[in-house]
Amino acid sequence: MRSKYDVLVIGGGNAALCAAISARRGGASVLVLEGAPKFYRGGNTRHTRNMRCAHDAATEILTGPYTEEEFWEDLLRVTGGQTDEVLARHMIRESKEILNWIMEQGVRWQPSLGGTLSLGRTNSFFLGGGRAMLNALYLTAERLGVDVEYDAKVTELVVENGMFLAARLERPINGETEIRATSLVAAAGGFEANIEWLKRYWGEAADNFLIRGTPYNRGSILKMLLDKGVQEVGDPTQCHAVAIDARAPKFDGGIITRHDSVVFGIVVNKHAQRFYDEGEDIWPKRYAIWGRLVAAQPDQIAYIIFDSTVVTSFMPTLFPPIAGQTIAELAGKLELDPAALEKTITEFNAAVRPGTFDHTILDDCRTEGITPPKTHWARKIETPPYLAYPVRPGITFTYLGTRVNKEARMLMADGKLSANMFAAGEIMAGNVLGKGYAAGMGMTIGSVFGRIAGREAAKHARN
Amino acid sequence: MHGTRILDEADRLMTVCNSCRYCEGLCAVFPAMEMRRAFSDGDLNYLANLCHACGACYVDCQFSPPHEFNVNVPKTLAVARAESYASYAWPKALSGAFARNGLVISIVAALSMAAFILGFAALNDRGVLLGAHTGPGAFYKLMPHNAMAALFSAAFLYAIFVLVMSVRAFWRDIGTPIGGHADGGSIFQAIRDAGELRYLHGGGVGCYNEDDKPTDRRKLFHHLTFYGFLLCFAATSVATLYHYLLGREAPYPWWDLPVVLGTLGGVGLMVGPIGLFVAKMRRDPALLDEISYGMDVGFIAMLFLTGLTGMLLLILRETAIMGPLLALHLGAVFALFITMPYGKFVHGIYRFAALVRYAQERRGEAGS
Repeated sequence: MRSKYDVLVIGGGNAALCAAISARRGGASVLVLEGAPKFYRGGNTRHTRNMRCAHDAATEILTGPYTEEEFWEDLLRVTGGQTDEVLARHMIRESKEILNWIMEQGVRWQPSLGGTLSLGRTNSFFLGGGRAMLNALYLTAERLGVDVEYDAKVTELVVENGMFLAARLERPINGETEIRATSLVAAAGGFEANIEWLKRYWGEAADNFLIRGTPYNRGSILKMLLDKGVQEVGDPTQCHAVAIDARAPKFDGGIITRHDSVVFGIVVNKHAQRFYDEGEDIWPKRYAIWGRLVAAQPDQIAYIIFDSTVVTSFMPTLFPPIAGQTIAELAGKLELDPAALEKTITEFNAAVRPGTFDHTILDDCRTEGITPPKTHWARKIETPPYLAYPVRPGITFTYLGTRVNKEARMLMADGKLSANMFAAGEIMAGNVLGKGYAAGMGMTIGSVFGRIAGREAAKHARN
Repeated sequence: MHGTRILDEADRLMTVCNSCRYCEGLCAVFPAMEMRRAFSDGDLNYLANLCHACGACYVDCQFSPPHEFNVNVPKTLAVARAESYASYAWPKALSGAFARNGLVISIVAALSMAAFILGFAALNDRGVLLGAHTGPGAFYKLMPHNAMAALFSAAFLYAIFVLVMSVRAFWRDIGTPIGGHADGGSIFQAIRDAGELRYLHGGGVGCYNEDDKPTDRRKLFHHLTFYGFLLCFAATSVATLYHYLLGREAPYPWWDLPVVLGTLGGVGLMVGPIGLFVAKMRRDPALLDEISYGMDVGFIAMLFLTGLTGMLLLILRETAIMGPLLALHLGAVFALFITMPYGKFVHGIYRFAALVRYAQERRGEAGS
């Protein structure tokens, strides 16, 4: 531990560790400041499970090629064009090398997990999940001589005219409360766990949001950088939200609180009214829209309602469904108006047209004569016990970030390049991901730009 | 709910894990779990015995303590596994032997060794007991070969019988394999998986014992112990064949097959258990099933004692203390045999059965 480093990395997830390793391999002395305690290190990375990388041929774990062009088209589709094409194409090209580079850092791949076959061609899964991936990166970083400090909260960044000088710490480390470094890599994530910040855009509704990752993703470094004149990118009002079980803990429920049973039933709000076409689209789109839909409902709560015939059609869930032998009994347990729920389900059942059910395609099972319709996978809810999952918006990540160039170097609000500040991961994801999401893309952004940021930060420190 | 607190906890964890599945590449437990949506007592005991305690799922889990979901699969399955040994033990009256197993094993071992010493002393005069004997038949001056063979065969057959009865109860309880059927291929697969400790490897990264680094060497020490045990068993079997088929009596010269096998096995039985004991002492308390500490250490100690007395007997067999050493060695081996079905030894039997069941399920799945 010294008081002056070549490269200071703030953050402790995939992007931060890739930056630290790459800077260290580039000959720099490196300090990683992780704001969370050791167990919670890594921010959202600890909840991830795969990465999307372009590849020209099948590999041991990937079932077929996924070309740069196809990756680009996917990105274009999910973002609706809200992306920086130069940066995005550069990332996609670099992602090809990452498949091997990340393995050289000790991370192991495995074929796609049970229940995720649709990703078997495009996404490489981490053996043991995101925390296993982090463990491997930390082991490698420490073996290379990277210093790592946990519970290291940065309270202030000393920046002059776009030039980073030092970071001030809440708690001294070896007697030092100020760490100076020649280059800075900011890889400290978004602000999804900062409810007060979310309230600026969402109002009181944000109190009912559940945060899927750790409570440490507070966006404090992002805010400091923007206050120091770094150019922002991405819609500050937007966040990625999915419907998760309302019984999940406020923070860090991770992947296991998700529900993907929407297509097998109907979704009602607290007035027992349907509010959106449950059969609009197939995974993953249907998965990603429901968080925002529920956020728009009164009290930010909704209920997925289905019957006993479909229980085994989706993955087993952490929280068991709430059950009732009659609709009225179920409504009672959910504290919904029994008459209203019975009316909603009766009308829905009456509107269901005959068809051939197939949840893997946009099938012909649909309703007629109700609003909103259910345009696919519509089947009567009539076999007791009747079952329900209560759901709330689960916030995964935010889109607001710092603008960067291909070297991961930050741009200042006046358009000039920062002399020595780089960014990687969720804190700059908005550059390529203006909105939407496709599985594994966050990790691609983290690893690709982390590696670049570390390399460039080390290069700057050497010159 | 289940019959015991630990099975309730195992059920809770398997429900958490089944909605996550990040660990499915680490070992056999999680793929077996994924074949089920609900878990009977037998299912949980099957999964518990399938677990090799490599620790990887604990280190890799985003929900392990201090997370409020408190997911600690290795420790929970270790406790469930130990409790399953008692619940399947035959006869039921002796299942209590697992509760204070370290004490039981020590008492049986002490009594057994004392009995051999006293027996030798009572049946032989002082000159014979403390005399130096060499040449073929030297051991049998202290105890006739037929008596020795009869006693140990009886102990061994008893152990086998009890183990068969116990594992039969386990096999019935874990039920029909999901989509599979018993066949020779599954047994062959299980022999390979057990023989190489395929699932004691953290999915390829390595195992965890004292901390969050994959530096664990238990696999090596287990191999030394297990193959040491087999070599010793082979040494005794070859010697028995020599005796009855060739009429050649022990002790044999150092270069002869029973001695070579026994020496190699004896070294394994000493080095292996020491390594396993040190690993046990250094194990992260978060992973350690401290309730079974006595059982684990008792078994390790019995194996070590068997190896040690055997090696000493080999080295000192031409001196005056051969008699007492022979008594100690026979006492240790006798105690090892009769306590086998009521101690840690059974882990190998149940785990092998679980591996057979897992191989059946995998083959069933592949075929369907």
